[in-house]
Amino acid sequence: MALEKYKNLLKQYLETEDEAALYRADQFSKKSLMDDISPDEILQIHIDAMLDLYPDLSKDMRLSLDFLLETMISYGIAHQEFRVLREKQLELKSEIEVAANMQSTLLNTNIPEVEGLDIGAISIAANQMSGDYYHFIKDQEDNVGIGVADVIGKGIPAALCMSMIKYALDSFPANRLNPKTILRLLNRVVERNVEPGMFITMFYGFYNKNENCLQYASAGHEPGLFYNAKTDSFETLEAKGIVLGVEDSISYNQFTKCLSVGDMIILLTDGVTECRKGDQFIETDEILQVIKEYLHLPAQDIVENVYRHFERVQDFDLRDDFTLIILRRKE
Amino acid sequence: MMDIQFQSFIPIKKEWDIVAARQQGRDMSKQIGFGSVDQARIATAISELARNIYLYAEQGKICFEILDDMEHKGIKIIAKDDGPGIPDVGKVMEDGYTTSGGLGAGLPGIKRLMDYFDIVSEEGKGTEVTVQKWLR
Repeated sequence: MALEKYKNLLKQYLETEDEAALYRADQFSKKSLMDDISPDEILQIHIDAMLDLYPDLSKDMRLSLDFLLETMISYGIAHQEFRVLREKQLELKSEIEVAANMQSTLLNTNIPEVEGLDIGAISIAANQMSGDYYHFIKDQEDNVGIGVADVIGKGIPAALCMSMIKYALDSFPANRLNPKTILRLLNRVVERNVEPGMFITMFYGFYNKNENCLQYASAGHEPGLFYNAKTDSFETLEAKGIVLGVEDSISYNQFTKCLSVGDMIILLTDGVTECRKGDQFIETDEILQVIKEYLHLPAQDIVENVYRHFERVQDFDLRDDFTLIILRRKE
Repeated sequence: MMDIQFQSFIPIKKEWDIVAARQQGRDMSKQIGFGSVDQARIATAISELARNIYLYAEQGKICFEILDDMEHKGIKIIAKDDGPGIPDVGKVMEDGYTTSGGLGAGLPGIKRLMDYFDIVSEEGKGTEVTVQKWLR
């Protein structure tokens, strides 16, 4: 019985003023919390214990305890409300977990194996669900299409929006669509289906295996980078274009970059460039520095190491979804 | 203590009437044999019900009834008003909906204080809340 136990502890304390009794009182309160005993009920136990121990308790004292009890009733309600809300929160959390698993199944894309190409990709969500998406497609001639998209915003709305991009991409014919055409078509889908104020940035590239050239176009996406192995230097893949979903009819420009052996294309989302160290954004140079450090590794190892580096820089608390893709021309 | 009738009601028009309703509920629950925590909970529930009438409906009444079905005893309280009614009862029954506004325990709080809770509300016609608590 809680009352008996409490009474004994209280008695022990009143007689000895012993720290040990206070320690047990602490244990008692934790146990009570676990048993969902509310503050007003503890007070009731206290009052009953006092009346048992001191049947001659003065009237003033007795009334003052009743008065105190009255003031604790609302805390009791709040305690119960807290419990219910906590349960609800756990429910929501597990529901989102299910959704996140479903999302990763839906959006799953395999990194294609192509002779002469070394491809690495990593995409990590800041919260449980991601607003980043990457997509690979390989045609019969071993050419590779690569899409990287980022919904402005994160979490569940962004994740829902991303599924649309995936299905739109899947619905396009598999034969060689130009990057600029793909972006133009996607823009129409997004513009028609997404509420105003939600935008998607996207980079789409098509790697021609025979020519070893990447044709690409961008819809307001974080610029990709090109690593020139011969000069051991980086350059930006400039490609200006308006983000998806703003206007109905938009055309995009298309560019071409050819790769020599050892050259790399680096695609990313702003979760990479907007990593923060304390209050400051990291510099693009720092990203390049880190990539350089791991250049000797296979592409997949590079992206994983770069991610680990920035995860640590940000104290293991990502602020935005993080996606990094590296495509290197091999011998 | 004055003997309390089996049924009674307190009209709620001014803030002071809330106190009278609490008093009536407390006296009745004491007479039924409720302990002091339950007395305080019943009084708090009545307080909230009466306050809702006073704040949102301007006037109404709180009715009290002693329950006795041979096996156990209890108290039944009905809060009735002809006020504007509640358009979306589901919403006000959500946790955190009214309490976040600092208005007190809110309807979910009242529900927790008691063993039985029922609400009927019609927009433009009024609201009737019935609560019960059984002596254990």
